[in-house]
Amino acid sequence: MKRSNAPIFWSLFGAGGVLSALVGPVLVFITGIAAPTGVGMPPAALAYSRVLGFAHSLGGKTALFAVIALFLWHAAHRIYHCLHDFGVHPGAATRVLLYGSAFAGSVAAAWLLLAIGR
Amino acid sequence: MSARNPYVRPMEGWWRRNPYYVRYMIMEVTSVTVAIYAVILLVGVWRLSQGQAPYEAWLAALGQPLAVVFHGFLLLAMCYHAYTWWKVLPKTLPLIHIGGRPVPGLLLSTAGWTATLAVSAAVYATVRWCGL
Repeated sequence: MKRSNAPIFWSLFGAGGVLSALVGPVLVFITGIAAPTGVGMPPAALAYSRVLGFAHSLGGKTALFAVIALFLWHAAHRIYHCLHDFGVHPGAATRVLLYGSAFAGSVAAAWLLLAIGR
Repeated sequence: MSARNPYVRPMEGWWRRNPYYVRYMIMEVTSVTVAIYAVILLVGVWRLSQGQAPYEAWLAALGQPLAVVFHGFLLLAMCYHAYTWWKVLPKTLPLIHIGGRPVPGLLLSTAGWTATLAVSAAVYATVRWCGL
């Protein structure tokens, strides 16, 4: 019997779900509301030198990659199943497009983070 | 040959007929905001890799009033996403037993919500007061 590939996609979906449930709201608040407006967070919190230093560190690279890649995989999986609920019955092409975008986004994030260097 | 025309129950708009399914669909659609936010961060990393001026242009774009309002909606959706993720967790996990008794679902959900609050506070405090 051919092995199902579902566990791989479900694991990425689940990992992304846990990560987005833990840090999603606070990250949106910090980068989208608090730091840009200076309400509850000095704008210097996201200053270039500080964020670059974060992206230089191994921990920072790992965190940025995990958030971007797992959020994308989580969303791709859920959107795929959501289309079915809306009565759009996506075929293999939609699946390739959705998971392909998540894959491309992950590769782009990894490549950019490596390019930023140490 | 007579063509049979069996009754097929229409499924159009099935989720709008029941508030429970409406909430389910809202939960599912919040995944779109998770993807949007990932793309915003990915663009940020891209601009960061290009140097100081592009990165600061990205920051300035985030400071536009429209961008802040948009992030307000993202925040609402992300909070609902986090809330529902832990709410349905007991339904997606196999039953967990401690001391021979099944752990009640609400306890698991509450542990998740507590974890989100604790991690959020830790991330906020780190970004605000500590070195990254």
